[in-house]
Amino acid sequence: MELLVKNGFVYDPINYVNGERMDIAIRDGKIVERVNENSARIIDAFGMVVMPGGVDIHCHIAGSEVNTGRLLRPEDHFRDFERKTSRTRSGVGRSIPSTFTTGYRYARMGYTTIMNPSMPPLEAKHTHEELNDTPMVDKATYPLLGDWWFVLEYLKDGKIEECARYVAWMMTTTKGYAIKVVNPGGLEAWGSGRNVSSIDDQVPYFGVTPREILRGLCKVNKLLNLPHTIHVHTNNLGKPGNYLTALDTMKCVEDLASEGRPAIHITHCQFCAFKGSDWRSLRSGAEEIAKYVNNHSHVTLDMGQVIFTDTTTMTADGPFQYTLYGLTGNKWVNHDVETETSSGIVPFRYRRKSYVHAIQWSIGLELALLVKDSWKIFMTTDHPNAGPFTFYPRIIAWLMSRKAREATLKKINPRARNRSLLSSIDRELDPYEIAVVTRAGQAKALGLRNKGHLGVGADADVAIYDINPETTDLSKKYKILRRAFKSAAYTIKHGKIVAKNGEILKHVEGATMWLDVQVSDPVEITEEMKRRFREYWTVEYENYPVTENYLEVSHPITVKADV
Amino acid sequence: MSKMINLYPLKKFSFPIIAECISPDVFQSKNREEIETLKIWEGNKQKKLGELFKVEETKKEQETTIIVYGDVSKVRKIGAYMTRGELTINGDVGMHLGEEMEGGKITVHGNVGGWAGTMMKDGTIEIHGNASHYLGAPYRGTGRGMRGGKIVVYGNVGNEAGAYMRKGLIKIYGSAGQFAGLRMHKGTIYVQKDCEERVGACMTGGKIIVGGFLESVLPTFTIESIKKKVKIEENEVAEEPFYRFLGDLTENGKGKLYVSKEKNPQLSSYEKFL
Repeated sequence: MELLVKNGFVYDPINYVNGERMDIAIRDGKIVERVNENSARIIDAFGMVVMPGGVDIHCHIAGSEVNTGRLLRPEDHFRDFERKTSRTRSGVGRSIPSTFTTGYRYARMGYTTIMNPSMPPLEAKHTHEELNDTPMVDKATYPLLGDWWFVLEYLKDGKIEECARYVAWMMTTTKGYAIKVVNPGGLEAWGSGRNVSSIDDQVPYFGVTPREILRGLCKVNKLLNLPHTIHVHTNNLGKPGNYLTALDTMKCVEDLASEGRPAIHITHCQFCAFKGSDWRSLRSGAEEIAKYVNNHSHVTLDMGQVIFTDTTTMTADGPFQYTLYGLTGNKWVNHDVETETSSGIVPFRYRRKSYVHAIQWSIGLELALLVKDSWKIFMTTDHPNAGPFTFYPRIIAWLMSRKAREATLKKINPRARNRSLLSSIDRELDPYEIAVVTRAGQAKALGLRNKGHLGVGADADVAIYDINPETTDLSKKYKILRRAFKSAAYTIKHGKIVAKNGEILKHVEGATMWLDVQVSDPVEITEEMKRRFREYWTVEYENYPVTENYLEVSHPITVKADV
Repeated sequence: MSKMINLYPLKKFSFPIIAECISPDVFQSKNREEIETLKIWEGNKQKKLGELFKVEETKKEQETTIIVYGDVSKVRKIGAYMTRGELTINGDVGMHLGEEMEGGKITVHGNVGGWAGTMMKDGTIEIHGNASHYLGAPYRGTGRGMRGGKIVVYGNVGNEAGAYMRKGLIKIYGSAGQFAGLRMHKGTIYVQKDCEERVGACMTGGKIIVGGFLESVLPTFTIESIKKKVKIEENEVAEEPFYRFLGDLTENGKGKLYVSKEKNPQLSSYEKFL
């Protein structure tokens, strides 16, 4: 099938296209040079913005943690439900929508690739089952490896290459995409009721420090040539004064970067940019972090922007979730995943009138606006931790329009308003930069060659938004902006029109991307390994790996490692 | 213009019916023909109100009044979100009666299903029969219970009456099941007769009065004093000696639990702690 998107204003930052009127030709799910105009189906995108399909680098959409969140919160589904139609399946959920609804809602906003950032390897099968049931988007998932006993043991002995072989094995066995590190060392300490408070604290029993884990895994990542960097949720997350820890984390891998390529991704950076000694004296540390990131090229960030709404927080950071439970007194779940990680879930409401929440809201936007290079910071809400992904249009409006920011600033806690830097920031992102922070930058950071751009040979994932940057003053008419990004005029996935004006036209399955890491001396499953499984895990080795036929649509990406 | 609408079920219902539209607010500005075309769900089929009920309209002076004659125990959400007017049901009625109502009055001459007055904000519900479980309790998972208004039950009620209550009054002239006032924050629950165990579990505030037999008080409650009388509401006082307990201490609660002294000689051992 051939498609021709005509006359749109094309924003394709990877190919340096900035709002030029161009035609995009699509054949068999790929972008091509040209198609036959007479036989192709033509989409008239006159006066509309054409961008590559959206890419989300960090959103919790599948896995046992998300599903437990669904079980914990029937009230989240109570009012927000979607009836089945002739094309789509029914679903419920506001902050934690059911799998099908997640796919549909992303497609409506013009997103076509999403990354599920935390998968305990033990729960890999469950995660992939849910990803199989998430339609409309291509997806991948990052296994949590920062506190895995094997990693800790090898790093303690300084055996980086051995560690790399096991990480490669784990990546392929659980069908993962990147190394996710959550509160390195802290989760293992949480198993015995403790935490680590800086990157030089020792992890009980193993005797390694978070610094060694981070540096070790960063080296492993490089040895294995993985497309993404290590994806780090820092120590001390959500504690006043933790911007110093975030800076330490970035600094500790400074010398491991090469050729100006990033070496570390600090995720939901808003949560680790708190300054001050307690909640009352909380301030924004965005300026310091932005200053560091502006001067160094080895870091990428994502925002984790807070939305004032009722949501569900869920991370693998058990001790942090326990603190959050202490703060709210809300119902909660906490879990220790055997040898691998921990997790926790607490429903949470961000209030405009709360000083802390308003400061948090401000930090996210300050980060995005103060980091000068938009290729270094990406738009996320850490769905659903700081807010559901359905609020992305609101963040786009805040980023693009000072007026929109001021409208919200007026309504927040006055003390937080006085301390916020936002009123002194004039920067307004243009559509080109929005295309970077919502798709191109994320695709580049993830090392996805065929996503996030519209060059010949790229996957034909296109989002068309009904907004005219020539006739509309985007920074003034932020409500129009919000509407336009809320429901894409057209979403094209793999060369097929899947959504139009917020209505799903076609149910398509997305592929699950995973890394087939090829090492010269792969890990052998010896009796010793099986013995460890018997000792460490509640499952036998035979039940552990996710085989390829487990994935509905499998899209392996072969990576040649240096070990 | 105000009116009186009479509804007669046309058959014995065998499927659950969701009828949010049976509410004075909806009927207010509609004539009989329009009311008959209102949409309601019977099982998984959408139907018109006129297909399931006979609708009769008569003039009436003040507020819009709806009277239902017959057994509607399969019909849910009657009077949901109502803000004014009167609704009378002569017969049994199903779940979620008066869900989130904000005003007006519902009277039931019969028994009521679960979750009557769930999440209500204001108004009055009067039940002359028995009420089932979760009277005035919120939807599963929410902590936002009853936030005002008054529920009066002349019969017995099931478990977890007034769970998560934040304001308002529940008066039960019969007896109550287990966990009355579970996790309540504020407000008053009065049970004239007996109460099953675990009253006020995890309560952090508010007042529960048990006029009848209560086998035991949770161990996380502590006795404070003996009171001669307890105020139930404006102009209504329960006059007999009551043990006054404070709790629930597991939640650092400051809720008050009054239990009749006369009817509960088995609690007299608490007196030595006074």
